[in-house]
Amino acid sequence: MKMHRFLFVAAFAAAMAAGLLFGNFGSAKASGDLAFEHQEWTFNGIFGRFDRAALRRGHQVYQEVCSSCHGLSLVAYRNLMDIDFSEEEAKEIAAENEVEDGPNNEGEMFTRPAKLSDRFVAPFPNEQAARYSNNGAYPPDLSLMVKARKGGADYLYGVLTGYEDEAPEGVEMMDGMYFNHSFPGHQIAMPQPIYEDSVEYEDGTPATVAQMSKDVTTFLAWTAEPELEERKSLGIKVLIFVLLLTALLYAVKRRIWSKLH
Amino acid sequence: MLSPEKGIGKWIEDRLPVFSIARHSLIDYPTPRNLNYWWNFGSLAGITLVIMIVTGIVLAMQYTPHVDMAFNSVERIMRDVNYGWLLRYLHMNGGTMFFIVVYIHIFRGLYYGSYKAPREILWWLGIVILLLMMATAFMGYVLPWGQMSFWGTTVITNMFSAVPLVGEDIVTWLWGGFTVGNATLNRFFSLHYLLPFVIVGVVLMHIWALHTVKSNNPLGIDMKGPQDSIPFHPYYTVKDNFGLGVFFFVYLTIVFFFPNFFGEPDNYIPANPMATPPHIVPEWYFLPFYAILRAVPDKLGGVIAMFASILILFVLPWLDRARVRSARFRPIYKQFFWLFLVDCFVLGWVGANPPEGMFVTIGQVATIYYFAHFLILLPLLGMFEKTRPLPESIAASVTSAAVTSSKG
Ligand code: HEC
Ligand code: HEM
Repeated sequence: MKMHRFLFVAAFAAAMAAGLLFGNFGSAKASGDLAFEHQEWTFNGIFGRFDRAALRRGHQVYQEVCSSCHGLSLVAYRNLMDIDFSEEEAKEIAAENEVEDGPNNEGEMFTRPAKLSDRFVAPFPNEQAARYSNNGAYPPDLSLMVKARKGGADYLYGVLTGYEDEAPEGVEMMDGMYFNHSFPGHQIAMPQPIYEDSVEYEDGTPATVAQMSKDVTTFLAWTAEPELEERKSLGIKVLIFVLLLTALLYAVKRRIWSKLH
Repeated sequence: MLSPEKGIGKWIEDRLPVFSIARHSLIDYPTPRNLNYWWNFGSLAGITLVIMIVTGIVLAMQYTPHVDMAFNSVERIMRDVNYGWLLRYLHMNGGTMFFIVVYIHIFRGLYYGSYKAPREILWWLGIVILLLMMATAFMGYVLPWGQMSFWGTTVITNMFSAVPLVGEDIVTWLWGGFTVGNATLNRFFSLHYLLPFVIVGVVLMHIWALHTVKSNNPLGIDMKGPQDSIPFHPYYTVKDNFGLGVFFFVYLTIVFFFPNFFGEPDNYIPANPMATPPHIVPEWYFLPFYAILRAVPDKLGGVIAMFASILILFVLPWLDRARVRSARFRPIYKQFFWLFLVDCFVLGWVGANPPEGMFVTIGQVATIYYFAHFLILLPLLGMFEKTRPLPESIAASVTSAAVTSSKG
């Protein structure tokens, strides 16, 4: 019986190893020439949670800096209430934006202040307008950005903090491009968005580039995986249950089979 | 409890003998007493299929198969549908688990010679299930309509353009247009919904064939009498249930804590026909076949090699002429089995990397080895391998094993 059990474990180990092998080789390849470092994030690990204060500050950075170029089309203002904004605050944030609605009873379209049920209002009406204002480059929607790049939050933080004042010797920069050591190819069309004191934090935290980058990345990790906290806390309970049940089944199995020999 | 001996139970039993069929195939079914844990993977595959169908049907209640809405409808499931994220991650990683389980199930068959007489049709039905699963998973991956969905489909369907004369027409016919578009998405959704039920049908035939010829076992010798077998229930029901617990632990660990581990980040970018991603890779379970496809310098040749790599399994029972089934008694075959397994991993690794530099050579060598295993090594082993003596019977071996402890 020992041998069998060993083989069983080996099967799963092999399957997992296969996954690791394929999964990792893929990512090692894509991030081969990129420079970004691993950061500590409160939302990593099996007990991971989003730091509420960081989310609030991150939201402020998004609003005051990024939202002039990037949309957040999958997030609704009501979702802010999931991360401890009060209903009043969420309504206020929504109402700062105008959305087109209609047609009304006279068949006319009209604009009104955004409501809780609206999604974050995009800065540009369409891709062409966005490109037109950005030198031909398209600032992508940020809702899923953290999930849509190898390296996730670490990569995003890397890009935000990866600007150099000047391109290194011998690097020919294309028109309207900025040197960034974390972006693939090192030439990015987004001008450095965050500088020292770009925002004045409501909670008085010193607004360094690193702090703001970290905060806005945390906020965008939440927009990408708003279910993360629920998922992890439910996951622990479910796994404990499965573990106990499996142990019980193993005991029953031993007992039933012991009659055989 | 209904009983087939009296009342309503008897009334039903006399008209449709469901009770005796269930009893015959789930309770009394005589099973070799020496099955090891590798025999758990068949029932695991069956349960995974049920999980896929249940989660899939519920997902389909919220999913919209339209190029402008598919991506956002999946995100709506993730964000706004109660426990939608759980359903979606169960389905997405259920596909991965399904292939892990089925691949282990197949390699179990290769190791213990389960494809040999009288199990050839059982084996064929298994390969048909594998092919259907591949088609189903391929079409499912298109549904979220991300960058990999779109470009993966484009690359793979384009393979058919290699067919002489009518290639381009076939591709247009598959797409339902001149590019991968809304018609493609719609038909793939339709077929993705249909094929799992076809799989259920083939699985039932697979089990029918199994119950006709009975299970193989680690010794690869036939059951010779009641002393060699035990009833399926309670012995294997409880063992399968324990295996199921372990399976769920692994599966749910992935679902709750690493849900995107097997996925590609690019698939969280909405499909964009104007922007080709730097590397287009299929899902991990296709990587070995993808490597074979690319190993052949000629497009048509690659397609043929790729299909042949699976279809060759159909003739395996006749390529391997050895009378002894189990690798336990085939010292040389056993070594080549492991080499073949390693070869498949190498192919998977090559498939995950761009076809450049050393990967080209490694891929070609591994592809040649893959076919050589079936076409050269197995026939030769059948002729020249000196096998070890087989035990008298399962029962005899089990009692002696209790003393010497069992060997792999
Ligand atoms: C002046 C407009 C502008 C502002 C403000 C701006 N961005 Fe960008 N951003 C762009 C453009 C343009 C691109 C496309 C760059 C490219 O593809 O080269 C971009 C790209 C990005 C990317 C994608 C990088 C990739 O891997 O493709 C991220 C992430 C990003 N921005 C984050 C932010 C964050 C966070 C902020 C706020 C702190 C911000 N941006 C502020 C214009 C802007
Ligand atoms: C053999 C069983 C099945 C397999 C192997 C399978 C596989 C897959 C895969 C790999 C995906 C893509 C997951 C992703 O990346 O998001 C997918 C998506 C999907 N499948 Fe299935 N599936 C199966 C059965 C079903 C069934 C029976 C249905 C019922 C209609 C279904 C409905 C869906 C839907 C609606 C999606 C899109 C939502 C999403 O992407 O999460 N599937 N499937």
